[in-house]
Amino acid sequence: MENVIEMRHITKVFPGIIANDDVTIELRKGEIHALLGENGAGKSTLMSVLFGLYQPEKGEILKNGHVVQINNPNDANNLGIGMVHQHFKLVHNFTVLENIVLGAEDTKHGFLYMKNARKKVEEISQRYNLKVDCDALISDITVGMQQRVEIIKMLYRDNEVLIFDEPTAVLTPQEIEELMQIMRDLAKEGKSILFITHKLNEIKEVADRCTVLRKGKYIGTIDVATTTKEEMSEMMVGRKINLTTEKTESHPTDDILVVKNLSVSKKGHKNPVNNISFSVRKGEIVCIAGIDGNGQTELVQAITGLMPILNGTILLNGKDITHASIRQRNVSGISHIPEDRHKHGLILDYPLSYNLVLQRYFEPQFSQHGFLKFEEIEKYSEKLIEQYDIRSGQGSKTIARSMSGGNQQKAIIAREIDKNPDCLIAVQPTRGLDVGAIEYIHKQIIRERDEGKAVLLVSLELDEVMNLSDRILVIYEGEIVGEFNPKEITVQELGLYMAGSKRGDTNEKAV
Amino acid sequence: MKKLFKSEASLNFASSVTAIIAGLIIGLIVIIIANPSNALNGFLTLIQGGFSNGTRGIGQVLNNATPIILTGLSVGFAFKTGLFNIGTPGQFVVGAFVAIYIGVEWTFLPGAIHWLVAIIFAALAGALWGCVPGIMKAYLNVNEVIASIIMNYIGMYTVNYIVPLTVFNINKNETLPVASSAVIPQFGIEHLIPNVNGGIVIAIILVIVIHIILNKSVLGYELKACGFNRDASKYAGINAKQKIVCSMMIAGALAGIGGALVYLGGTGKCLAVVDTLAPEGFNGIAVALLGLSSPFGILAAGLFIAHLTIGGSLMQIYGFIPQIVDIIIAIIIYFSAFALMVKGILANGFHFKKKPKVKEGQ
Repeated sequence: MENVIEMRHITKVFPGIIANDDVTIELRKGEIHALLGENGAGKSTLMSVLFGLYQPEKGEILKNGHVVQINNPNDANNLGIGMVHQHFKLVHNFTVLENIVLGAEDTKHGFLYMKNARKKVEEISQRYNLKVDCDALISDITVGMQQRVEIIKMLYRDNEVLIFDEPTAVLTPQEIEELMQIMRDLAKEGKSILFITHKLNEIKEVADRCTVLRKGKYIGTIDVATTTKEEMSEMMVGRKINLTTEKTESHPTDDILVVKNLSVSKKGHKNPVNNISFSVRKGEIVCIAGIDGNGQTELVQAITGLMPILNGTILLNGKDITHASIRQRNVSGISHIPEDRHKHGLILDYPLSYNLVLQRYFEPQFSQHGFLKFEEIEKYSEKLIEQYDIRSGQGSKTIARSMSGGNQQKAIIAREIDKNPDCLIAVQPTRGLDVGAIEYIHKQIIRERDEGKAVLLVSLELDEVMNLSDRILVIYEGEIVGEFNPKEITVQELGLYMAGSKRGDTNEKAV
Repeated sequence: MKKLFKSEASLNFASSVTAIIAGLIIGLIVIIIANPSNALNGFLTLIQGGFSNGTRGIGQVLNNATPIILTGLSVGFAFKTGLFNIGTPGQFVVGAFVAIYIGVEWTFLPGAIHWLVAIIFAALAGALWGCVPGIMKAYLNVNEVIASIIMNYIGMYTVNYIVPLTVFNINKNETLPVASSAVIPQFGIEHLIPNVNGGIVIAIILVIVIHIILNKSVLGYELKACGFNRDASKYAGINAKQKIVCSMMIAGALAGIGGALVYLGGTGKCLAVVDTLAPEGFNGIAVALLGLSSPFGILAAGLFIAHLTIGGSLMQIYGFIPQIVDIIIAIIIYFSAFALMVKGILANGFHFKKKPKVKEGQ
């Protein structure tokens, strides 16, 4: 088979780090080629080089056998290379159609001419089974549909090499399933796909070949069908990885967090959280499972104080914290690993050390007479960096923005666990992370449980739900529709409850 | 911390200087077009600025710099906390009026503290003017730019209304001069530069104070956290609304003190009743931009712009009409305001520091 794209001996250096070190990759026509590696392995950098966002120090890129120079994304686009970024680049107050044509608009006498564009988009949408509503505003549609818009954007520009940068990180299990089908269809139509990921299941499912990178270096290219997941993970991490989480039986004791009849209202919508009651006991991991957007975010924000509640009560260690301030809740023993680490979890322009004391800077350990104790903060941050293996360019001084996603998440987890909370609330703690980091974070969460903490875990990933939890609560449209022991339920059955087609009896143990 | 700060500081300095040089070059072109025969002399005078008049000139520079350093600090401080305080003219003028009123009327105060009391009340008046847009922003989500612009006019017209009823000199259509006990002492620097006002000393002290608040204090940590990421600071348990009001009050107080320092300076200058917003207020924005919102940067920028203004007025000797001089100074300031953009170019072009944005999963 002919190679559509060849990247030969690419080396890209950033100050203090070699992001790509002599990497070679070949993409055949009509194949799905996965690019596997841990966070910081250089996958995104390599694709950014191909897309013209970075210029490599060494190496060359060949398109259909000819050397090409890609100086910017426009060059890439002209060569038929398109990219769906991990964080979508869409204009939120534009419609779907406007976003698709943006940058490639038809005009007639200086005015926008959308008729042809609409026809072409509808054709693409039909042909590849990419359902979108052309006139919906981006801000009104789901993340899954936004991704379809990004894909159509590439197809609208007649791109034949499609780069997907961790496309499944933001999707629900159902949406992932759909995306996989879309990718297969695209490949069948002769498009060549480069697929950045660190999820082995997905590679197994769709990819033909897989190139593995580790710490910027090329490790090898393998045929997916003949390689096991264990072999791939070993290539990626450089050591054997235990893909299933080991944990002992839980021995829950007293109630730590009790939520009674909690409701949250939202203007113009039905209550996103509707009369929810449950409790989390010392020494157990309770998992809220559900499809994204069924009230998990609101539930957690209500418990942590980020969102006002309509009615209900929240007790922590028997103390009513329903109307306590966020600071009071933090101090009285709630730790919160937030869903969106960039929005809530970190102040990206602050150095790592400042971020590690984000809820504790006012304590006598870190400040005195209104002034920060820099040495103490730095000492503490060095301790956490060491203890939790947070990797960054300049240690405590590293600006959080420049750290990789996995290490940002590690920093948040270090901070929240080191607060020694009574109740740890973790929302999708492993979202977008690689196998090694996931293994690590799962271990930490189980250790917290074993030390007698109450853990409330919110997760969209069923694997995580089944592996970690001691008790599963299924949330659907803002209500708890079932409570299960993970050992007594299958993933398929859980899926039915999550989709709302089954309802269980919730009130025996929950209150 | 130190090493990072050093390279960051040198980058800031380099970008401001580059912006200034670009401004000067464009300024020179305008000078050549306006008056080719005297262009070189004119330009040299402009650059010489305050230095062409010996210590007298330096004193003038310091005196002119004082109010714009304060309004610059006001804008820069608010900016560091994520707010755009465009209300400095209003805060400046109410501060000035309160200082003058106390300076004229409260002669019962002993000389040693009369001026200090006047400055403190000016700060309070400025803080009051700043806190209105702060409260509107924090609790009603009204854009602080609009609210502060409105407060500018309310401040100006209120002062114009009250002055004729209180400390008015009807012959000159301005306020009465303040009592001698209300004049800020010169703290001994008059031995070096005879015509200097004590205000510059207070301005420098405040530059240091603001630097410490921003970089060393818990309050600064909280304020900057709110400025960088309001959601995350809320998550951290910081009362973001309260911090917005607090930040605007401090910013307002700084501009208010700026007003006090001008009219308590002992130059005999009085507040005229005119329907224009105080230019010192808006100049603060340029100073803050040129100084990249850092307190010491603002100090340097304030001195530089004062220096140019003096140079500009001396250019009139060579037949440059005041309007042309104003245009030239405006061009230089205008270009200087691009310092932030230049910083971006320098940082990316010459790798002064690590690229700020590294993609996830690299």
